[in-house]
Amino acid sequence: MATRTIIPFGPQHPVLPEPVHLKLSVDDEVITEAIPALGYVHRGLEKLVEIRDYNHMIQVVERVCGICSMIHAMVFCQGLEEMMDVEVPPRAKYLRVIWSELHRLHSHLLWLGLFADSFGFESLFMQFWKIREKVMDINEATAGNRIIVSVNVVGGVRRDLTPEQMRWILSELIGIEKEIKRLTTTILDDYTVKRRTVGKGVVTAAQAHELGLVGPTLRGSGIAQDCRLLKYAAFPDLDFEPVVEPDGDCYCRTKVRFREALQCIDLVRQAIAKIPEGELAAKVKGRPEGEIVTRVEQPRGELVYYIKGNGKKNLDRLRIRTPTFANLPALLVMLPGMYLSDVPVIVLSIDPCISCTER
Amino acid sequence: MREEVIPINLEAVLAETGRMKAEGYRFVTMSSAELDAEKVDILYHFDKDLKMKHLRLTVPKDVQVPSISPLYLAAVLVENEIQDLFGVRFKGLAIDFNRTFYLDDEIKTTPFCKYTVGRVNEGEPVATPAAEST
Repeated sequence: MATRTIIPFGPQHPVLPEPVHLKLSVDDEVITEAIPALGYVHRGLEKLVEIRDYNHMIQVVERVCGICSMIHAMVFCQGLEEMMDVEVPPRAKYLRVIWSELHRLHSHLLWLGLFADSFGFESLFMQFWKIREKVMDINEATAGNRIIVSVNVVGGVRRDLTPEQMRWILSELIGIEKEIKRLTTTILDDYTVKRRTVGKGVVTAAQAHELGLVGPTLRGSGIAQDCRLLKYAAFPDLDFEPVVEPDGDCYCRTKVRFREALQCIDLVRQAIAKIPEGELAAKVKGRPEGEIVTRVEQPRGELVYYIKGNGKKNLDRLRIRTPTFANLPALLVMLPGMYLSDVPVIVLSIDPCISCTER
Repeated sequence: MREEVIPINLEAVLAETGRMKAEGYRFVTMSSAELDAEKVDILYHFDKDLKMKHLRLTVPKDVQVPSISPLYLAAVLVENEIQDLFGVRFKGLAIDFNRTFYLDDEIKTTPFCKYTVGRVNEGEPVATPAAEST
């Protein structure tokens, strides 16, 4: 006779990079229900718009996430620029693409390492993070910091890349690409990895659309949606197609992120090849007034900012919808029917970033 | 906003959301903003083929709003968040954390509002005037 048990997963768990709680109802070893609970790292950052002027808020939104910090700042500046009709110089758009794609690359390498660790493959975890260190070095050499690069301002960027730095980045990317490709067989063709990921946490395309999933979690279910197709920053001038895999399981989500990591390298190369000379930032006049909804593609998916201004230096409202917030309900569909031992792999497969989710 | 914004009233929330779902729109999120001591603005954001459409609902803080989580399960988290931070109560939530999604039990105020609506009994609004639409 099956016995029902409630097992708490998290908020502290060896596999979770950030605290999230799942209340798992389990019949013997099979999950019957999963209910998420948040609130462990809620900081109320959105409320700060009422007392920090919009320029200072760039530093606040950079700290929403400790992985894709630059992209938060970029979308915030992008929204304000649209509200204030600021035309960002072309060189600044290319620089934003270079730093945002480097962020995507390091984020995917971070995730690939954590994912390998979730099924006990610690040496592979260390290999991916070793490669990631080279991306951190590029960030530090070009912007002064490993993650919170603080390059965005309203109207453009505040740092430039010299020709020597760009040549150096290209030479580093050759080594990074070679080392990522060296791990292809291990992460994608290994028998044990496939046993732990193929057919686990399946979300069909219809379910993914119904649940409003985004990012690699959505593209791993066969839907080719990527906010970079909105052609923000310098993406109109770059060759780019979303990476898609059809089967909707953990293996496909892994494959999407692995291939996107290689795609990031290609996009940085394209941006460096095409970057024009010019100004770094446009002059900004006036203050933000009105409402706007603006979106970019974060490593985890669609990042949405709703900004409301009233013509003063402090905004009325800032609402941030991060991709993990959209992907968390997917766990309610992925986990039932799976074994308890698969829970860490499935939870990690949506690439949860809880500091982003709770803000 | 650059995209289409459709003002709706309380009675039309489920009908309009159902229409969006029937037309193939993906639910993106909801945004809320305090307008004054008595009202909040709730925006429902939808997307289809990377084009957004929004519904705007303006309601008094002490009125229960029908939850759209039976139609879009993805809305369950953001509706709970709005309950916590703005005090707006949603009726028919698929999973109702009862204002403990982010907050502890003993927090009775609404952190993102300058003015908090008090309740005589937990879960019930003080008064239920007819909701005003924009």
